[in-house]
Amino acid sequence: MAKVLCVTSGKGGVGKTTTTAALGAALAQAGEKVCVVDFDVGLRNLDLIMGAERRVVYDLINVTNGDAKLPQALIRDKRLENLSLLPASQTRDKDALTDEGVERVMGELREKFDWIVCDSPAGIERGAQLAMRHADVAVVVTNPEVSSVRDSDRIIGLLDSKTVRAEKGDSIEKHLILTRFDPARADRGDMLKVDDVLEILSIPLLAIIPESLEVLRASNLGCPVTLNNPLCAPARAYADAVRRLKGETVPMSIPTDRKSLINKLFTRRAA
Amino acid sequence: MSVLTFLKPRGSGSVARERLQLILAHERSETSRPDLVITLREEILAVIAKHIEVERDKVQITLERGEGVSTLGVDIEFPVETAKAAKKRATA
Repeated sequence: MAKVLCVTSGKGGVGKTTTTAALGAALAQAGEKVCVVDFDVGLRNLDLIMGAERRVVYDLINVTNGDAKLPQALIRDKRLENLSLLPASQTRDKDALTDEGVERVMGELREKFDWIVCDSPAGIERGAQLAMRHADVAVVVTNPEVSSVRDSDRIIGLLDSKTVRAEKGDSIEKHLILTRFDPARADRGDMLKVDDVLEILSIPLLAIIPESLEVLRASNLGCPVTLNNPLCAPARAYADAVRRLKGETVPMSIPTDRKSLINKLFTRRAA
Repeated sequence: MSVLTFLKPRGSGSVARERLQLILAHERSETSRPDLVITLREEILAVIAKHIEVERDKVQITLERGEGVSTLGVDIEFPVETAKAAKKRATA
């Protein structure tokens, strides 16, 4: 049965789009048929992170409005044939999305794919609510930082009230991905600890993604981090997250990148 | 700029700059006519429909934005007219 996964956070800039691309690619790398869907109408960026920005023809709004059929709007990934992208519109705004249109598209996507990974816009308004509306699973992306944790708490409240599953009295599976985590800073006591965040939000932890240059490098190149460098620390953390989503029990760890001596000698700090 | 500039490997930052420059140039020119592809598709289909029957689902449009130019691809799948159907059309 197809699963709809919504990547959400409330706060902007915490890593939703990076996480959507990384989880989508990692699921596809594990053999699943995957579609990543950009719900950030008006401010699309998933196409850029996936490296498909030059090939966008139709978008989610064109499909919900009936200007294009779903297969015509899907962009097949050039690196993984079982990975597709449904881009958001860049020229409309979030009011152009209709409840019925989104419901129909999600139904069609469920027939074609094993996993539909929805990238939510920031905020708690209409766009974010439509992105989570049909989700079976939600991944809440949080930074170990006060405003991000507070906004995540708001989003968790919405997941429990505004989704189709919640309205029917079913529960929605919720997971936390902690991004931009810096173990050294946490050890010094200058950052919220993992346990602090978990205690406050009380949803299960899916992965801890360490702060890493590899994430920036992957987005510069337009390649999901799990595909660009599968062995780097954030990619391994996302790959473990996918194994957990698929039901495997994987011990929790914070992967690190070992720097070689040569690397250490030549790495310069930005001025 | 020194000799070292040329010896340094090309980082991902310069790839990012080039990708952004290209896509922003396209977006700035496309916002003035957001539904260009849909208009083109409809008009191309109308011309083709004069001669052959085309199902809308069998039309695949691709777009590749390049430096200075874009390439529009229109793939239209249409059935081969059988001898029987041709005869029927001729007699009709």
